[in-house]
Amino acid sequence: MDMHDLFTHGFIQRALITGFFIAILCSTLGVFLVLRNLSLIGDGLAHVTFGGVAIGLFFQSYPLYVALPIVMLSSLGILKLKEKAGIFGDTAIGIISSLGIATGIIIASIAGGLNIDIFSYLFGNILAINTGEMTVSIILSIGLMALIYILYQELVYISFDEDSARVSGIKVDRINTIICLMTALAVVLAMKAVGILLVTSLLILPAVTALQIARSFRMTLIISNIAGIFSVISGIIVSFFINLPAGATIVLINFIFFIFAFLYKNMVRSSVR
Amino acid sequence: MSIEVLSVKDLSFRYNSTEVLSGVSFSLKSGDYLAIVGPNGSGKTTLIKTVLGFFEPSAGSVSLFGSSPSRFNNWEKIGYLPQKLASLNPNFPATVKEIVALGLLSKKGFPKKISLSDQEAIDYALSLMDIIHIKDEFIGELSGGQQQRALIAKALVSEPELLILDEPTTALDPEGRERFFETLQILNNQKNLTIIIITHDIGTIGRYASRLLYLDKKVIFYGGFDDFCISKEMTDYFGEFSQHIICHRHDYGHA
Repeated sequence: MDMHDLFTHGFIQRALITGFFIAILCSTLGVFLVLRNLSLIGDGLAHVTFGGVAIGLFFQSYPLYVALPIVMLSSLGILKLKEKAGIFGDTAIGIISSLGIATGIIIASIAGGLNIDIFSYLFGNILAINTGEMTVSIILSIGLMALIYILYQELVYISFDEDSARVSGIKVDRINTIICLMTALAVVLAMKAVGILLVTSLLILPAVTALQIARSFRMTLIISNIAGIFSVISGIIVSFFINLPAGATIVLINFIFFIFAFLYKNMVRSSVR
Repeated sequence: MSIEVLSVKDLSFRYNSTEVLSGVSFSLKSGDYLAIVGPNGSGKTTLIKTVLGFFEPSAGSVSLFGSSPSRFNNWEKIGYLPQKLASLNPNFPATVKEIVALGLLSKKGFPKKISLSDQEAIDYALSLMDIIHIKDEFIGELSGGQQQRALIAKALVSEPELLILDEPTTALDPEGRERFFETLQILNNQKNLTIIIITHDIGTIGRYASRLLYLDKKVIFYGGFDDFCISKEMTDYFGEFSQHIICHRHDYGHA
C-alpha cells in the first residue's frame, strides 16, 4: 500500500481530521498549563476519566458522555482544593487522580467483564474513531480554540503573574475555572486518540518543545501547534505502515521533537558563550 | 484640588488564628507619596493586598477612589508591582515589550486586545525606566535589576493615578535605585501621581516620600516624614545612629 491508498481509507481520514483538531487544542492549552505549573492536571484528569469510563461501561452508557461531566466536576474539585483548602496544586491533583483510579478499579472489579473495553480506553485507538466522535471533536475543538482566542491576553497575563492580573481587573478565579474546564474537555477528547495513559503527553510535550526554541509568546503557541499537529499526523501514518499502536507512536514522535528542540537550544547557548 | 484616593479605617486582618493587622487607619489624597516601612512579618504586604481586595478584612473598611475593593472596577487607575521578583518564571516566553504591554489590559474592554497604537505608551514606559534598548530581549534572560525595571514599566504603562510598589528596588544597583527614585519624584511632582511604596531602604526613601507609615501589625507611626524625624517612635525603633542617617539624608534631599 502506498501513501495515496492510505488516504482513501475512511478510518484514516477520520483519524487524521480528528487528530489535527485535538492536536491544535491540546498543544495550545498545554502552553498555558506548563507555564502555570499545572502540567500534571492532564494526567490527574485522565485518571479520573478512567473512573468515568468504568462507570459508563458499568451502566452500559456511552462512556465518553458519562466521563465528560465527571471529569469536568473533578477539574473544579482540584481547583477548589487548591484555592479554598490551601492544598498545593500537585497535591490536589494527586488526591482527585487517585480517587478516579480507585473508583475505576473497584467498578471494573465488581463488574468483572469490563476489562477488554477498559483496555481500549487506557491505550486509545485513534484509527477506530467514528463519524460522530469526529464531529464532536471538531465542534468542541473549534469552540474551545475560539474561547482561547477571545481570552488570549487574560490567559497570558495570568500565566505570567496572577496578582498583577487581578489588579488589572481580570477575573482570575473565573479564568482559572475556565482553564480547568477546558482541560477536562481536552483530556476526554484526546483520550480516544492516545489513551488515558498517554493523554498528558499531547498537552505537555508540544508545549515544552516550543518553550525550548520560541522567542516570543505567539511564536511559542505557533511552534507548539506545529509540533502537536505534525506528531499526530506522522504518528498515525507511521503506525499504520509499520503496524505500531498509534497513540504510543504519536507520543514517541512528540518526544523526538522535544529532544531535537532541547539539543538545538543547548547548541545555540553554547555557540553564544 | 486634592481628591481622596485611599481611606483605610480600623482595618484588621486575621489569618487562621494569627492576627496579621490590627486597627490600621490612614488615608491618602492625590499627590501623596507614602512610604510603608516595618520589620519582616509586620504586615506590610498583607496591608497592600487587603487594600487591593486580595483578602477580605476581619474588621474595618477600605475605600479605594470612593469604592470598596470588591466593587472597585477602575483598575486602570492603579499600577501595581508585587513583591515576588524571585518567583518570576525564567522560562516565560515573552519579550520585555510583551510583558510591559500586559499593563495596558486594565484599560481595555472585552475582548482585551493590544493594538499597534499602544506602542507609543509602551515605548514611553520603557524610556522612563531606561530599558527601551532591551525591549525585544527575553524577560527571563535579563538581570534581576533589568527585570525589576521591566515590571515597574508594566505598572506605569497605563498611566495610573495610584502607583503601589512592594519593595521595588531590591534588585537595583545603587545608581539604578537613585535614578528610579528620581523618576518617581518627577511623576509625583509633574503628574500628581499618588505613590505607595513598601521598602526597607528607609535611608533613601526619606529623601523622597512625604509621608511615612511605620507598621508592626498595628500602626506605630503615621504622618509626615519631618514629624517622624523628631518623634519618640523614631528613636525608639531606629536609635540615635539611624536617626542621624535617615533624617540627615532627608534634610539633604529637601535642601
